[in-house]
Amino acid sequence: MRPSTAVSGITPSPTPTNALLLGDPPGGSAWSGRAIIERITDDARSPERFPGGQRWARWRAPRQPGPLRRSRTDPMVGGVAGGLGARLGVDGNVVRLAFVALVLADGSGLALYVLAWLVIVRQGEESSVAHRALADRRTIALGLALATVLGSVLVAMAALGLVVLAGVVWPASLAAAGLVVLWRGLAEDEKAFLRRAAEQATLPGLPDRRTRRSSVFRVGVGVALVLVGLGTLVAVRHPSASSLEALGPVAVIVLGFLVVFGPWWLAVARDLAVERRERVRTQERADVAAVVHDSVLQTLALIQRSADDPTEVVRLARAQERELRSWLFDGRPPGSFDAREVTTLAQGVGVLQREVEESHRVSIEAVVVGDCLLDDALRALLAAGREATVNAAAWSGVASVSLYAEVETTRVSLYVRDRGRGFDPGAVSGDRRGIAQSIRARMARHGGTAGIRSTPGEGTEVELVMARPGVPS
Amino acid sequence: MSGQGPVRVVVVDDHRLFRAGVRAELGEEVSVVGEAGDVSGAAALISELVPDVVLLDVHMPDGGGQAVIEAVAACHPDVRFLALSVSDAAEDVIAVIRAGARGYVTKTISGAALTDAVRRVADGDAVFSPRLAGFVLDAFAAEPAPAGTTVTFDPELDQLTRREREVLRLIARGYAYKEVARELSISVKTVETHVSAVLRKLQLSSRHQLTRWASERRLL
Repeated sequence: MRPSTAVSGITPSPTPTNALLLGDPPGGSAWSGRAIIERITDDARSPERFPGGQRWARWRAPRQPGPLRRSRTDPMVGGVAGGLGARLGVDGNVVRLAFVALVLADGSGLALYVLAWLVIVRQGEESSVAHRALADRRTIALGLALATVLGSVLVAMAALGLVVLAGVVWPASLAAAGLVVLWRGLAEDEKAFLRRAAEQATLPGLPDRRTRRSSVFRVGVGVALVLVGLGTLVAVRHPSASSLEALGPVAVIVLGFLVVFGPWWLAVARDLAVERRERVRTQERADVAAVVHDSVLQTLALIQRSADDPTEVVRLARAQERELRSWLFDGRPPGSFDAREVTTLAQGVGVLQREVEESHRVSIEAVVVGDCLLDDALRALLAAGREATVNAAAWSGVASVSLYAEVETTRVSLYVRDRGRGFDPGAVSGDRRGIAQSIRARMARHGGTAGIRSTPGEGTEVELVMARPGVPS
Repeated sequence: MSGQGPVRVVVVDDHRLFRAGVRAELGEEVSVVGEAGDVSGAAALISELVPDVVLLDVHMPDGGGQAVIEAVAACHPDVRFLALSVSDAAEDVIAVIRAGARGYVTKTISGAALTDAVRRVADGDAVFSPRLAGFVLDAFAAEPAPAGTTVTFDPELDQLTRREREVLRLIARGYAYKEVARELSISVKTVETHVSAVLRKLQLSSRHQLTRWASERRLL
């Protein structure tokens, strides 16, 4: 399976990516900053992050504390394996292999997976799929109906003496019933993913170039093979026949299934891989968009506001250029609260305060109660807090902003408050990236929450809360 | 004390420019009757003028604001002190409060807010800036003193009530007393009562953290 040509064609040399990034607006149809994203991802996944040496690094992943959640960052189907892996500190693929092994053994892997999909809450969501689906009576009825249909099949098979297959049927029926419940409770984006998979299932292995006729022929051949195999199998099933004699018919049946479903299986596997890469890319794109918004777009807004002061414009442009260069060429995202320099929350708040005071000429009253070491989630909290502070500095119309951070045993909260002109949070359109992407989505991606309270004429307060993982005492 | 003309204020700070700045910024309700630039001069001046409020720099040569309060408070209990500082050092601020200052504000405060703070202190209320509220929350952290320490633990003095904590949190978030009152649906007077109670605890508590915590900031 080849990666898509658009990605493999770009070399990671900084010069062309620079030109590409600056040449294309973020969010455009052709996202040419892709090479940068790939580089960032590569860096982040390099084995140096795992202290245990390189041999096991591929199997390990940073253990993610906190409640078990379906992964949003590492999903292949429902994010169950990714979430479990993150919780256990192993790579998601290890968990996936375990599930596949269980499916092949007796089919129970499928049932387990679907059940887990149902009951485990997805990252950033508040209720599980089952919780949502069971609120609807029709869902339960549908699930039960399907389970009974499959139950009848089970009974029929047992009557025909196909006991071997019967063992596979109960997990399969459980899984099918679960899938129905799943479908009715899923979030929209997960629904779209399943719909695409299902569309391909109704037209098994029908690639664009082939005609429907050849496909019908292929399916015909396959079904015929399966029937012939089944017939022979029944014929040889009398007590005198040796078990070796059954091998031939079973091989014919398997061949038949392969002819019918093989192309489809291949297509699904290919699509899954593409889909997964696409999702990783979307996530990275959102992160890059947030960074670009925080730095470049904010600076451009500042430049517009100080258009009548040439020296100020030059100063802003210079500072932005420096920042952008250090991001593109040294890989230091602006405002990332660089791990080498900032290790605790209080330090991070200090950096935030200093930077925004310098760039926006406001005074920031910062108060920090308690302190703790920074992790990725808290760095995201700080980045969102910086964005909120910059917003307050740029748009509130007042010269001072209050910043309050408090570390408690179970959570870290950050409040950004101004007494400026305020706005109506309900009236902010979705394309205003600042609040949507840089604050809300960024917090949600790391399992936190953001609340914004604003009254026109009285000011604005942004409340950011990040739950703390269990603290070793 | 209020309602009898402007509040009489003495400004004590070793920076002349800053004293001039404060004098210019304070509103009509407040009249600066004297200035002093060092600890001994301040003590003499305060004993002579007996002002309503002394605006006191935390950091000065020869002992700072704490020394001024200690020299004067015993013979002039009616004089009230409001600490002013650019300093971030919690131990200095807490020391001045424990010596007897009725509040602490940062030097970046606006003229109107400073006038208001002076007025409040003159009326006998406590003035908590967001930063002081943060310091106090830090010092009265929920965890009790570490085991093995032989500090007498007086729950009356050594712990904040839930309400006091809520009030301090809002002040630390930048809420003015009026806004705190509206947020918690209580009267401004009640907010003042809570804040005064906290000030009292801060001054009288023997809590372990208050004396030692400053040197080693809690790292949860």
